[in-house]
Amino acid sequence: MSDVEVVPTAPAVGQSGTVKRAGVVGRLLKNPMGVIAIVILVVIVASAVFAEFLAPMDPTRATNTVLAGPGGANILGTDSNGRDILSRLFFGAQGTLVSAALAAGVAIGIGLPAGLLAGYYGSWFDSLSSWATNILMALPNMIVLLAVRAVVGPSIPITMMIFGIMVSPGFFRLVRTATQSVRNELYVDAARVAGLSDFRIMARHIFGVVRAPVIIQAAMVCGIAISFQSALEFLGLGDPSASTWGVMINDGFRSIYRQPLALLWPTLAISFTIGGFVLLGNALRDALEDQVKVKEKVAAATTSAVITEVVKTPTTHLLEVADLRIQYPQPGGGRKTVVDGVSWYVDRDEVLGIVGESGSGKSQSAFAVLGLLPDNALVTSGQIIFDGHQTVDTRSQRINQSILSELRGKRISYIPQEPMSNLDPSFTIGSQLVRPMVKTLKISDSEAEKRAMDLLAAVGIKDPRRTFQSYPHQVSGGMAQRVLIAGAISCEPDLIIADEPTTALDVTVQAEVLDVIRELQRELHQGIILVTHNFGVVADICDRVAVMQNGRIVEQGDVRSILRTPQDPYTQMLLESMLVGKTPMTKLITQESMGGLQ
Amino acid sequence: MLSFIGKRLLSGVMALFVVACLTFTLLYVSSGNIARNIMGDQATEEAVAAKARELGLDRPLLLRLGDWLLNAVQLRFGNSWFTNQPVFTAIGARLPLTLTMVLVAIVLIGIVATLLGVTAAVKRGAADRIVQVMAVLAASIPGFIVGIVLVLLFAIQLRWFPAISRISPNSKPADWASSLTLPVIALVLNGIASAAQQIRSAFIKQLELDYVRTLRSRGIAEREILFRHVLRAAAPAGLTVLSLQFIGLLGGVVIIESIFALPGMGRLAVDATTQSDLPLVMGVVIYSVAIVVVVNLLVDIANGWLNPKVRVS
Repeated sequence: MSDVEVVPTAPAVGQSGTVKRAGVVGRLLKNPMGVIAIVILVVIVASAVFAEFLAPMDPTRATNTVLAGPGGANILGTDSNGRDILSRLFFGAQGTLVSAALAAGVAIGIGLPAGLLAGYYGSWFDSLSSWATNILMALPNMIVLLAVRAVVGPSIPITMMIFGIMVSPGFFRLVRTATQSVRNELYVDAARVAGLSDFRIMARHIFGVVRAPVIIQAAMVCGIAISFQSALEFLGLGDPSASTWGVMINDGFRSIYRQPLALLWPTLAISFTIGGFVLLGNALRDALEDQVKVKEKVAAATTSAVITEVVKTPTTHLLEVADLRIQYPQPGGGRKTVVDGVSWYVDRDEVLGIVGESGSGKSQSAFAVLGLLPDNALVTSGQIIFDGHQTVDTRSQRINQSILSELRGKRISYIPQEPMSNLDPSFTIGSQLVRPMVKTLKISDSEAEKRAMDLLAAVGIKDPRRTFQSYPHQVSGGMAQRVLIAGAISCEPDLIIADEPTTALDVTVQAEVLDVIRELQRELHQGIILVTHNFGVVADICDRVAVMQNGRIVEQGDVRSILRTPQDPYTQMLLESMLVGKTPMTKLITQESMGGLQ
Repeated sequence: MLSFIGKRLLSGVMALFVVACLTFTLLYVSSGNIARNIMGDQATEEAVAAKARELGLDRPLLLRLGDWLLNAVQLRFGNSWFTNQPVFTAIGARLPLTLTMVLVAIVLIGIVATLLGVTAAVKRGAADRIVQVMAVLAASIPGFIVGIVLVLLFAIQLRWFPAISRISPNSKPADWASSLTLPVIALVLNGIASAAQQIRSAFIKQLELDYVRTLRSRGIAEREILFRHVLRAAAPAGLTVLSLQFIGLLGGVVIIESIFALPGMGRLAVDATTQSDLPLVMGVVIYSVAIVVVVNLLVDIANGWLNPKVRVS
């Protein structure tokens, strides 16, 4: 296997601006889209700057050779006044670029400072400018430009400055949102405490963050400005004597039956220029997006040989995971291994704890059992056998969804970590409980509703009827977590996978929720896999425990013996960090590693 | 919910008022030039001053604005300086055609862009790449060039449709259909591509949320998750995209009506602009913004209804 194992490293936090910029330009030049964009724009800028030297003729001199085709004295032919089209194209680039620059300049000049102030200080300036923004965005640009033209006549600078005002909300919103999010960062607080003036904080910390998105937006605005400016001229609202592309299109359109080519050249020029700006914007965005998801197509023939042949060992366990390896393709071509040859099992009436810090691969292995890994995840080796069903499809290196769709929700269920984000805010809690039961247990709506009430009572909710009718935003986090537990047991599963089920809850609620889980298990005899970073929870509820670090299991066994006599230094470290901290609920060491594939 | 609608309505009326004041000031602030523009360069100073008096341009701007607002509340927007026709009548005669085109266009954009955007978000792969490329092309080719190309290809070369509208007040529906097909296509192509791209992003954003994974873990079928849950959750973002598209269409229709010589409000706006017929220009601005305010209000109500936090309170 040509796999390059990418050692998971922390993403560099707070890269300095210069490093980032050099990287962006480099990536931009590697991207064909970026190169094309730059070439187009360089050609256009050169045409504009050197128009006097490049143009073979005076662009305004009318002759008697009207609407001539290409070739001869006029390389691209002549327009309806006998003026040389090529020369007019060169000079037209000037007006086009001035339009783009003016519009983008004015828009940035208004949107950037307004967005910074509104995002940084908030209060009345924020309300006022947001309100003004909404009004500007409700105005159809074209209609406003017509009104402006009616007053000031065909003036490119004034029209484009007004257009700049019209599109400034784009910059305002962008900068305001970015500023708001940066303002709450700790390093900005630190800078403030250190006594830096607001102006310096904005100039140094916030400006660096908004610079890239502003440049991208500016490229887009340049394209739109050119489009509007030439559209106005096309409508006959430009200065007919000016050598601009829009005026040329207007002229060409009126002679369309006699000389269609006169229309073609300026049309191409405009489309290429706008295309150049759009491509530049897109390429910049691509270059700035660090976490490009790479999907690797797995050719079944080549990879099947590599994978260890699956021998269907008869297992007595409810669930057995053997030598499981999960990898993600990386932009550079290698693969990042997040779960590396992990084996464990769980039986009925048993709680297996999987412990480790964030990024250790514990949630990834749980999601593999559920078949809910992200699309680009590859299960490159191992097997997962649930009650005799092998769910890893070794050929596609993915979890076999046709097997899992029969198991998921029916025999294997899931209790998520964050209660509020795991309920659909648009539906009542009742309907979210009833729907799976109707589908899975094939019972009627009213039966399911009755059952849902019983379940809600069983997880300790005092007024089940009211919770049933509530929307998720109307209940507390602890309540929502109980609802999710009720949902997980509603279809009488054999196996429950609980991913940090108490982490997002208050300490007092944590204990209650664990009690609920334990009591339900006593009645229903499921196997439970409890993923957590908290040894307190493990000590409280688990029978056996597997400790994970960097995608591997460092130690597993009976919970008592591991708590009393941990063999592995990593387990010892985890335990110490918990016992030394006075309460059993403190977080484990927070090594910010592994890059968020949790 | 009622107080929510009331608030949105109030803010819409406020917006209309502010726009009216600003536009009026912008249009009429240089009254000397206005009379000069109408009379031409050859006219004497006296003639220009007389014209200004005749049009009431010698009165203070604030007074004129007050008058205009008072009349506007009673739907009186003054008379055209050139035809002397009331602005209300002039726009009223042109509005149905423009509104028909814009409404057909926005419905088409809504349907096609949603289909494309959702397909791209769910299937990814080739469908996704097509939508992305379409979005880049749509952003690169201005709407009026799309219109010109369509005329060249389908009206002049292939002769499938008329290049110039045959619509008159007593046209038959078939004439309407054949005259409006190309303009509407020209109007929607760019919108479909850019809206599809935005709807795709909104849909993907929802697909990546935690509750979708939890729904899957409950054994709910993928189809039901997509169409009952995700589509609904992405709807507010989609409606906002469409409301912005609608505002763009009101501008785009100006160009398309000119290319196809359609007698709509857009043509009226261009003619009024060329002649500096300010009452008419003012009327077109107010009508356009009023239409946008109504559409935004409808979108706000729809979004409020979709959001239980607003609906239930």
